[in-house]
Amino acid sequence: MKYIDEFRDPKLARRLIAHIKRRATEPMRFMEFCGGHTHAIMRYGLRQLLPANIKMLSGPGCPVCVTSCTDLDRAIALARIPGVILTTFGDMLRVPGSDGTLSGAKAEGADVRMVYSTLDAVQCARDNPDRPVIFLGIGFETTAPTVAASILQAERAGIHNYYVFSLHKLTPPAMRAILDGGEVALSGILGPGHVTTIIGSQAWAFLPEEYGMPCAVAGFESLDILRAVAMLTDMLVEGRPAVANAYPRCVSREGNPNAQEMMYRVFQATPADWRGIGTLPESGLGLREEFDHRDAALVFPIEIGPSHEPKGCRCGDVLRGALSPTECPLFANRCTPTSPLGPCMVSSEGACAAYFTYREYKDDH
Amino acid sequence: MTTERILLAHGSGGKLSHDLVEKLFARRFSNAILDRMDDAAVLEIMGRKPEGTGDRQQDRDKQVGVPGLTGKLAFTTDSYVVSPIVFPGGDIGKLAVCGTVNDLCMSGAHPLYLSAGFIIEEGLPLDELEGIVDSMATTALQAGVAIVTGDTKVVDKGHADLLFINTSGVGIVPPDVNVSGSYALPGDVVLVSGTMGDHGMAILMQREGLQFSSHLTSDCAPLNGLVEAIFASLSTEESKSLVARVHCLRDPTRGGLITTLNELAQASDVGIEIEETSIPVCDPVRAACELLGFDPLYVANEGKLVAIVTADIAQRVLEAMKAHPDGANAAIIGEVTSSHAGKVIVRTELGARRIADMLAGDQLPRIC
Repeated sequence: MKYIDEFRDPKLARRLIAHIKRRATEPMRFMEFCGGHTHAIMRYGLRQLLPANIKMLSGPGCPVCVTSCTDLDRAIALARIPGVILTTFGDMLRVPGSDGTLSGAKAEGADVRMVYSTLDAVQCARDNPDRPVIFLGIGFETTAPTVAASILQAERAGIHNYYVFSLHKLTPPAMRAILDGGEVALSGILGPGHVTTIIGSQAWAFLPEEYGMPCAVAGFESLDILRAVAMLTDMLVEGRPAVANAYPRCVSREGNPNAQEMMYRVFQATPADWRGIGTLPESGLGLREEFDHRDAALVFPIEIGPSHEPKGCRCGDVLRGALSPTECPLFANRCTPTSPLGPCMVSSEGACAAYFTYREYKDDH
Repeated sequence: MTTERILLAHGSGGKLSHDLVEKLFARRFSNAILDRMDDAAVLEIMGRKPEGTGDRQQDRDKQVGVPGLTGKLAFTTDSYVVSPIVFPGGDIGKLAVCGTVNDLCMSGAHPLYLSAGFIIEEGLPLDELEGIVDSMATTALQAGVAIVTGDTKVVDKGHADLLFINTSGVGIVPPDVNVSGSYALPGDVVLVSGTMGDHGMAILMQREGLQFSSHLTSDCAPLNGLVEAIFASLSTEESKSLVARVHCLRDPTRGGLITTLNELAQASDVGIEIEETSIPVCDPVRAACELLGFDPLYVANEGKLVAIVTADIAQRVLEAMKAHPDGANAAIIGEVTSSHAGKVIVRTELGARRIADMLAGDQLPRIC
């Protein structure tokens, strides 16, 4: 099968693992930025196969998880405005806010609809011309261009009742914040594959240049990840940090200029509130002034009470790589995918959900 | 404190659905037959041929069912709420017949009679309904069952999504057949009858208007032909008793293969270990899953079965499946173990071993 089988070949994988074992003579700690990588690493059982001195830490790359509790409370408040239809990607539905979830608001009568793409949200606005339709815009540089496209489409088609509540975030500032925090010792970064398809590998040049940190951008098949880990190991051993591209079938140096152009035609960098990290300047995407009439945050002023994280939830620490999911006292007892306390256990890109769903099996259990 | 309410995830076939059934319904309706939690209830009302006692009333009581017919009665029901109501490879009508026929066969029964109840939303175009009813009739004919009773209700626009169908069915379990989700034994072999995930991905692609170069088609099909072929291969003159060595049959519908294997492991209190590379998944499904970040082993099937059989007949069952058009891609995928009871272990293509749990709800496309 083109584009899948050749990236899952067990023989090649064993050779890469042997290479990594041979070269990684010292302890190494790599952070996979992206929740999709955490998921793939667990699903393929890669942590069991890598040598014990290589530790993979999960990072903040789960769009649902990094949405702050306050922002989530605001989204739930928007959904509860009578007449409003709130459209969102499915994973957001079950994330607990200060008081309930979007899914709970839906069961109580709020009109919350899950969509698979922003175009569905625009279609929903077209089908319900007398009701405001708000799209809950979460996601990184991967998703933001499609949301920008939906706004431009609504403009072109004269769909007046379509709004976006933009909680989009930019990935490089979060990576910087984690490194600047100095809380977690890292030897290299597994760069996010899909995000980098859009922003280009050059967006990570600051890692080797300013932090002396090697970065290898990876795809999501087992070989993609192993290849990136091998590249990180080599760069580290040879003392020549750079940005390596282990996902050349999708990622280029410049990325996708059309998507970037569309994104910045509609959005501009704004401060954003990250769960576990806090407010970072220029780390979010807000609508440009000319699209104020589409900005749900401006059009529908809402008031919410003080937000509070779920009691005992340590998702913030997990998102910074400061805590492994299994080290959280709530993991797999009070917090499971069936009754999640924090977002990392809800989202299919959340680290805790990946560690729970694909937990390693040891015979001595 | 807000009231607990039913969420959509309670209907996804994953853990929440399971908990709802166990903790709400099964607890209140509990009885020996229901508690087996099989796809169909198997009722011992025709266990013995009546022997005359002289007392006419007693004789009549014993004679429930068809006089002279031996075996057990299988009885099941299911409701169908799929959207869109027409999809590549089928429609809600075909699904409603196949689903109930398949639930009957998964108890080892020979399906005979179906009921059909329709909840129709005001405004549904008549020709769409006609197309769906035609397809039910065709599928029933194909499966060799008769739709013998029915009901229609029409509700206000907005009170149903175009069309909901409920079908119930009865069938006869032959005397030598004895399958249940709780009968898997350590040492047994696990087989699947074909590629996994076809139905779920076809529906998703159609519903979301995602188009690929290769066409994705639902595998929706009645499985009684395949089940009968399996039993036929085991009941030649010299080996009548082999039929009883088929321990479990289950169609991996909502929640897909892994959910079904978890149910079987729990019901039988055994472990199940499967080899990821041996599980057939067709290329378009793999491509679609890779794009959306889905695991095909959690995606629904509507024309496939999982069989757990003793090791000595596994090859024979595999060949019987492969010889049948609905089992051409059948494969042996793993075995039943006495260790890790109640859990499913997957050996990944790279040789790692991990637990494969049920999902809490539906799989959702990756955002990033």
